[in-house]
Amino acid sequence: MKLGVLCSGGKDSLYACFLAMQKEEVACLITLFPENPESYMFHTPNLHMVPLQAEAAGLPLVSVRTEGIEEKELSDLTRALESAVNDHEIEGVVTGALMSVYQSSRIQRICHALGLWCFNPLWYTDPARYMENLRVSGFRVVISGVFSEPFDESWLGRELDGDATMLLSEYAQHYGITLTGEGGEYETLVLDAPFFRKKIAIQESEKKYCNFRGVLNVKRASLEEK
Amino acid sequence: MIIVVDPGIREESLGRDEFVNPVARIVERCGHTWKYQHYASMQDHEWTHASGIIICGTALKDNGFLEHLEHFSWLRDCEIPVLGICAGMQVLCMIFGGSIRPGCEIGMTDVKVTSPHPFMPKSSSFKAYQLHSHSCLPPPGWERLAESAMCIQAVRDPKRPFFGVMFHPEVRNDRVIEVFLESCNG
Repeated sequence: MKLGVLCSGGKDSLYACFLAMQKEEVACLITLFPENPESYMFHTPNLHMVPLQAEAAGLPLVSVRTEGIEEKELSDLTRALESAVNDHEIEGVVTGALMSVYQSSRIQRICHALGLWCFNPLWYTDPARYMENLRVSGFRVVISGVFSEPFDESWLGRELDGDATMLLSEYAQHYGITLTGEGGEYETLVLDAPFFRKKIAIQESEKKYCNFRGVLNVKRASLEEK
Repeated sequence: MIIVVDPGIREESLGRDEFVNPVARIVERCGHTWKYQHYASMQDHEWTHASGIIICGTALKDNGFLEHLEHFSWLRDCEIPVLGICAGMQVLCMIFGGSIRPGCEIGMTDVKVTSPHPFMPKSSSFKAYQLHSHSCLPPPGWERLAESAMCIQAVRDPKRPFFGVMFHPEVRNDRVIEVFLESCNG
């Protein structure tokens, strides 16, 4: 079955892509680029890196601009999926939804209306096991945004390695954040994945941080041999 | 040991991660061992080695199991507790003389408890996650426990320990599975 993966550039969508590739054919990545950065349905910190990720993975990218207005966003997503059906003959969609009933129900409804399969391979996955699998399977993930106590500025650009994951577990226990960032406490950017032919190297980036909120804005990046 | 049955399009399909694993996580958390079993390769007397069976849901577009109900004929002789979730409830209804018809719900809906039972939340109504394109008419004699605006949401066989829920209890209604597992302890 040919599938399109809704991709935000973060760990969840690209790990879902990795899982989908083990069982079906991933034909393309699909991304909505919101013009409104406050869009609550699709997060934004490093969406502009998705084209580079698609190139690294050797996958075509279907991208559609969206104004980020609630109801408009869904028709934009419908348009993106239709375009993926026309251009890449996808029969189904994969998302990296972990527990968000809101997000996944809306995508399920669109897929149902378009007659597409919808898969959420990370749905209600065990958070600790997922974070472990992410690392051991060869993903390189950095924190690209923090939006919660107790993250300080040093987290921006920090690699999600064993030490960082252990610290996140402590934060989850003491500060009530989710280990996976499911609650929007942090966002991630994938620099390398087992299915990437090349890896992403960040040449220039800028940190913006104030009061437990901050983003790592990647200004220049390129692909390198692995 | 609990047998967790996957009625998905094929063994280890992508739907397993979404519809079987979250249920198995709850089974594990409750201290039970479990075994993955694709419905098409379930042996007739496999249930004799288990203390309970959960038949899981499938992707919204995956209704292939309805074309192969013969793989569920073991249910007629089964004597241990069975919980059918969504696709699993459709299977229970079809095997024992009920029927299904088109009826789609996606997302959180209100579910009203029509006949209080330990399997259902104690409140008179609760929110539940739906993902189905068919709804069920239960077999003759089965008790209806709950309903949504669209369809019957929970049923039980008064003669055998068989239960069906149309909603997905693994999402925000874990307790339904926990109570079922408690009933598997004898």
